[in-house]
Amino acid sequence: MSHAVSTKRYAGLHGALAQFNTPEELIDACEKAYADGYRKMDAYAPMPVEGLAEAIGYKKNKVALCVLIAGCSGICFGLGLLEWISQIAYPHNIGGRPLNSWPAFIPITFECMILFSALTSMISMLAMNGLPRPYHSVFNVPSFERASVDKFFLCIESEDPKFEPDHTLEFLKTLGPEEVNYVPE
Amino acid sequence: MDQITKVNENNYQLPSEVIPDPGANIVLGGPHDYSSVTERIAGVVYLPMKNSPKRWLVGAFFAFCLVNVLFFAVYMLFMRGVGIWGLNIPVAWGFAIINFVWWIGIGHAGTLISAILFLLKQDWRTSINRFSEAMTLFAVACAGMFPILHLGRPWLFYWLLPYPNSMWLWPQPRSPLEWDVFAVSTYGTVSLVFWYVGLLPDLASLRDTAPSMLQRKIYGLMSLGWRGSAIHWHRYQKAYLLLAGLSTPLVLSVHTIVSFDFAVSQLPGWHTTIFPPYFVAGAVYSGFAMVLTLIIPLRAWYNMRDLITLRTIEAACKLMLGVGLIVAYGYACEAFFAWYSGDKYEAFMYTNRAFGPYWWTYWMLILCNIALPQLLWSQKMRHNLTVVWLLSIVINIGMWLERFEIVVTSLHRDFLPSSWGMYFPTKWDIMTYVGTIGFFMLLIFLFVRTLPSISIFEVREQVHHDLHKDPVEKH
Repeated sequence: MSHAVSTKRYAGLHGALAQFNTPEELIDACEKAYADGYRKMDAYAPMPVEGLAEAIGYKKNKVALCVLIAGCSGICFGLGLLEWISQIAYPHNIGGRPLNSWPAFIPITFECMILFSALTSMISMLAMNGLPRPYHSVFNVPSFERASVDKFFLCIESEDPKFEPDHTLEFLKTLGPEEVNYVPE
Repeated sequence: MDQITKVNENNYQLPSEVIPDPGANIVLGGPHDYSSVTERIAGVVYLPMKNSPKRWLVGAFFAFCLVNVLFFAVYMLFMRGVGIWGLNIPVAWGFAIINFVWWIGIGHAGTLISAILFLLKQDWRTSINRFSEAMTLFAVACAGMFPILHLGRPWLFYWLLPYPNSMWLWPQPRSPLEWDVFAVSTYGTVSLVFWYVGLLPDLASLRDTAPSMLQRKIYGLMSLGWRGSAIHWHRYQKAYLLLAGLSTPLVLSVHTIVSFDFAVSQLPGWHTTIFPPYFVAGAVYSGFAMVLTLIIPLRAWYNMRDLITLRTIEAACKLMLGVGLIVAYGYACEAFFAWYSGDKYEAFMYTNRAFGPYWWTYWMLILCNIALPQLLWSQKMRHNLTVVWLLSIVINIGMWLERFEIVVTSLHRDFLPSSWGMYFPTKWDIMTYVGTIGFFMLLIFLFVRTLPSISIFEVREQVHHDLHKDPVEKH
């Protein structure tokens, strides 16, 4: 969005990107960048790397909380639906058996809990990740194609208060990358 | 966009010489690095038709023919009604229920491999989890067809769901058949979600490496713009772990509920407490057999013996043997209860099973499910893939016979001799059943050629793990 760019300090520049060969080098680089005072950055890897998110200062993961809430809603929905059907909407007295035969409602309640939780774990993960999002500035760097194959990337974003194009690029070079690039918006 | 229009000409080929199996101790052959595994696994998808194994074409065509048989059988069913099937009183549950239970059982091994073995950190599952999840999904699709088709008016299947209709009628929530509706639809949905979430990062790899622009666009759309950010991975792993944790009780609940369809009734042979665990074990048993039936040819056709190694096959064999023994225990329990209960109907049911008109199904199933699989105790047999493959087929047949025996022998001779009868499937029953096998096979054939059949990013993790393995631990 052109009007949004004007508020940024470096219009047209998303950040600076360094490319590494192994996950260990990437974690090391992230830790150094964090120690150097950079906060607005992201690391990219073709597979989950243990400790990488923590190295760039990410701590809280709210997926589990969302799933817990969804699971509880699933229980309420399932049990509520069945109780409502059998006691209010369509009550049948069959040989004096109780209308509230809750043990028979457990299987469906359980399935509703699982269904709600499973859908929420996918949807909340995608929503918090800001996906689906087909376009992102990092895709502008040609070598970023290999972020989904065999290379590991650290991107320091221009929104970071400490970001200065030349200085940050020089800093990234000291981390021993294979390649450094500016990331155009 | 400029950089990604520069795309290589599509000349992918399978590795020309046969890549040997690294043996039963190694999860991943090699030497492999992050890009070589990507190329090998994604390469199967990129293979142009001229380089694709001819056996794929023959197999897919054969499966397609069977799908047409299914369409024809279903067309006749819609035109003439369930009367064309062999169902009648006293056996009102026939092939439809047998095949439903058989198919859904096959699906269960996929969830077991992808969820339970994930929670137990079994690294050998990596090479087959994607494939078996796909198998689950397709098996559930086949399973779901039968209960719908056997409704007298299949186009009104939505009456099974609780929804506010004009007559303000609601389904009976105390019936196991209604529980089944929820269990199977939840199972199908969750399997799809689990599979798709697992596919996301691999779809991004395909988006970045596919040889044609069209493929890049399709996989790009499907990958939802996944870019492998560390924070995304962090949430992703949490979501995946939760899905695995949710699928584990789900898979147990689904077959438990399927067994309740029988166990809640009062028929001799059905009304027993052993049914839920015995059904779950049987489901996993047949599912592992189906996984082996499919991956042994797959790894040979696509020269992937270094990716799906003997380690995986051997572990699957051992698990199959173990669950098979639980199934055998289930049979023993049935016999014991029949004697120990002192109930004459129960005792008659058991003698009728073993020595009545359907005696051969009973002894065939003992042979297929208990006797022959004992060969797997021998390591030599587990390493002989022809034997393993044939055994996997035998177990699939055995598990089908088990469901036949449970459904038919309990129904055909119940309490009153005056109401006894026999059940014989008609050609339409058989065509529908064979047709679903074709449908399943066709989906598997298409899946192998359009999506990565091994989880690429998990194999990359395995590569990383192997690189940093303690030298003492190395075999």
